[in-house]
Amino acid sequence: MAKGVWIVAEHRDGALRKISFEIASTARKLADELGDEVCAVLLGSGVEGMAPELAKYGVDKVFVAEDAALEPYTTDAYAAAVAKAVKENDPAILLLGASVQGKDLSSRLVGKLATGMASDCTDVKIDGGKLLATRPMYAGKAFGDVVVSGSPQMASLRPNVFPAVENGKAGEVVKFDAGLDAGALKTKVLEVQKDASGKIDLTEADIIVSGGRGMKGPEGYGVLEELASLLGGTVGASRAAVDAGWRPQSDQVGQTGKVVSPNLYIACGISGAIQHLAGMSSSKYIVAINKDPDAPIFARADYGVVEDLFKVVPELTAAAKKIL
Amino acid sequence: MNIVACVKQVPDTEALIKVKPDGSGIDEGGIKWVMSPYDEFGVEEALKTKEKFGGEVTIVSVGPARTMETIRTALAMGAEKAIHIDDPALYNADAYATASALAAAIKDIPHDIIFCGMRAIDDDSGQVGSVLAELLGLPQVTVITKLDIEGQTAKAIKPIEGAQLLIETSLPCVITAQKGLNEPRYASLPGIMKAKKKPVEVKNAGDLGLAVDQKSAVAKMSPPPARPPGKIIQGDDPAAKAAEVIRLLREEAKVI
Ligand SMILES: Cc1cc2nc3c(=O)[nH]c(=O)nc-3n(C[C@H](O)[C@H](O)[C@H](O)COP(=O)(O)OP(=O)(O)OC[C@H]3O[C@@H](n4cnc5c(N)ncnc54)[C@H](O)[C@@H]3O)c2cc1C
Ligand SMILES: Nc1ncnc2c1ncn2[C@@H]1O[C@H](COP(=O)(O)O)[C@@H](O)[C@H]1O
Repeated sequence: MAKGVWIVAEHRDGALRKISFEIASTARKLADELGDEVCAVLLGSGVEGMAPELAKYGVDKVFVAEDAALEPYTTDAYAAAVAKAVKENDPAILLLGASVQGKDLSSRLVGKLATGMASDCTDVKIDGGKLLATRPMYAGKAFGDVVVSGSPQMASLRPNVFPAVENGKAGEVVKFDAGLDAGALKTKVLEVQKDASGKIDLTEADIIVSGGRGMKGPEGYGVLEELASLLGGTVGASRAAVDAGWRPQSDQVGQTGKVVSPNLYIACGISGAIQHLAGMSSSKYIVAINKDPDAPIFARADYGVVEDLFKVVPELTAAAKKIL
Repeated sequence: MNIVACVKQVPDTEALIKVKPDGSGIDEGGIKWVMSPYDEFGVEEALKTKEKFGGEVTIVSVGPARTMETIRTALAMGAEKAIHIDDPALYNADAYATASALAAAIKDIPHDIIFCGMRAIDDDSGQVGSVLAELLGLPQVTVITKLDIEGQTAKAIKPIEGAQLLIETSLPCVITAQKGLNEPRYASLPGIMKAKKKPVEVKNAGDLGLAVDQKSAVAKMSPPPARPPGKIIQGDDPAAKAAEVIRLLREEAKVI
């Protein structure tokens, strides 16, 4: 019978990514309820050294496959390797991150393993011995409790929602052969173009300072950059600002942009259209600054300031400087 | 080139979503149905690919009778023909069952490249394109913002956290589209007229030799949890209001 809670670890540039600790910690919680073990699949070239760090977040066994064809990530190589480990070990539950890589891999695995998955979940628990996953649907206008009848029961977890908890255990390393035929792989990464600014991606940011049409133009974002850098956050934008060419597409939050879950989202000069709310309503705290008291964003905000943003934002920076 | 674009009909982004009291689904009354926005990018890229290399675009969609309207929209944008898979066993189907139906229809027609949206904005699952690729045994490049095809090779730009990847794969393949890939065209009036005469084959699961196999289900739906009412910071002095916000974020919310 299928047994154990498995995760696929994600790493880049020689380091595990935060999402890996979030899924490991969540897997630990589920496994404890089931009285099962947590296993992680760690794939790449020269990655075994990362196994102890994964173990710290509650992983009992790390299945490591080292193969030059697993670096950098490609869908076909990773999917083949994970599917092999899963078929050999028959886990009950398989968790991945709903990061860019995790979304690509997990959905391919749904096909390869002929199973079902609850994607981009904001809560998972065990109910009657089975996984019960809760996820936003209709852009957060409804929530669905999903049960998976296929095996393994798969879920991908929204980044920044699940806590990463260290428990200091030492896990065991199990090496396995990914069994890849490099000649059969059909996708190849030709180039990695890094964002030179070193900006934290919106999906991983704890704090986002976002600006909309109220910023009046690209130069307006200077005041947001200043506040964001002081708070250790990153700058986002509404679609209106992106479509006007003031900010790059990668900054767009919303239904046709990124879905973000920071601890703090500060919306400046953003009206709060339903498609914008779709991307940021799972933020833990929302601050709205808008000169229109009737702007719909205020209905979602924890703290609202009705005022010209160009008067308030520099004062927020000044006030924050005093305490930070 | 034989090009396929998969489109799903979904509630308009403005739609108010009401969950049925018994949690069995949403109340479909009063909803305006549209093509999922990411599928518009997929159809547009399919049409651009056809305009560059010649060939035909076939639209494939799984859904109830009303889906025909969305199929006609895609035909009015410029696609040549369509397959409409209409079977009650596939209404609200999960990703595996939906992709199996799409695969059953597509495997029987020539296909050099298949376009999907990165995500349908009703279930927000973001799985069907990849499952379809796997079931057809094709490579995939998902969530892309740029595509270049040369001979039997496709090169695509895929943004990831803090970087962009340039990925190469071979045709046939499955591509999933995100915003930034292109600007979808509107259906022109002559396009709408012509679309009425374009061929649409309607098939059910039996016609496709498909036994519908669901691997997951939404056991219960609920409305989003209510957010406690927020505080509007009162006063005339921007500096004082800003200071109060910072104090609340520090002392009450504890997020800075
Ligand atoms: C299919 C579809 C998908 C979409 N996807 C997205 C998406 O992903 N993300 C998204 O954001 N939108 C999306 N939209 C667009 C959305 O409907 C809105 O048009 C958009 O969010 C508006 O952006 P905004 O709030 O910046 O601009 P506006 O609605 O114009 O609001 C600007 C606000 O700034 C305030 N303001 C102006 N000057 C100042 C000042 N000096 N100080 C303080 N406040 C000021 C105004 O009072 C106003 O409330 C989508 C729309 C559709 C149809
Ligand atoms: N019922 C359907 N009919 C046709 N295409 C679909 C259907 N469901 C999903 N797709 C395609 O798969 C993409 C991703 O959908 P999803 O996995 O449901 O988020 C969509 O943008 C469509 O291109």
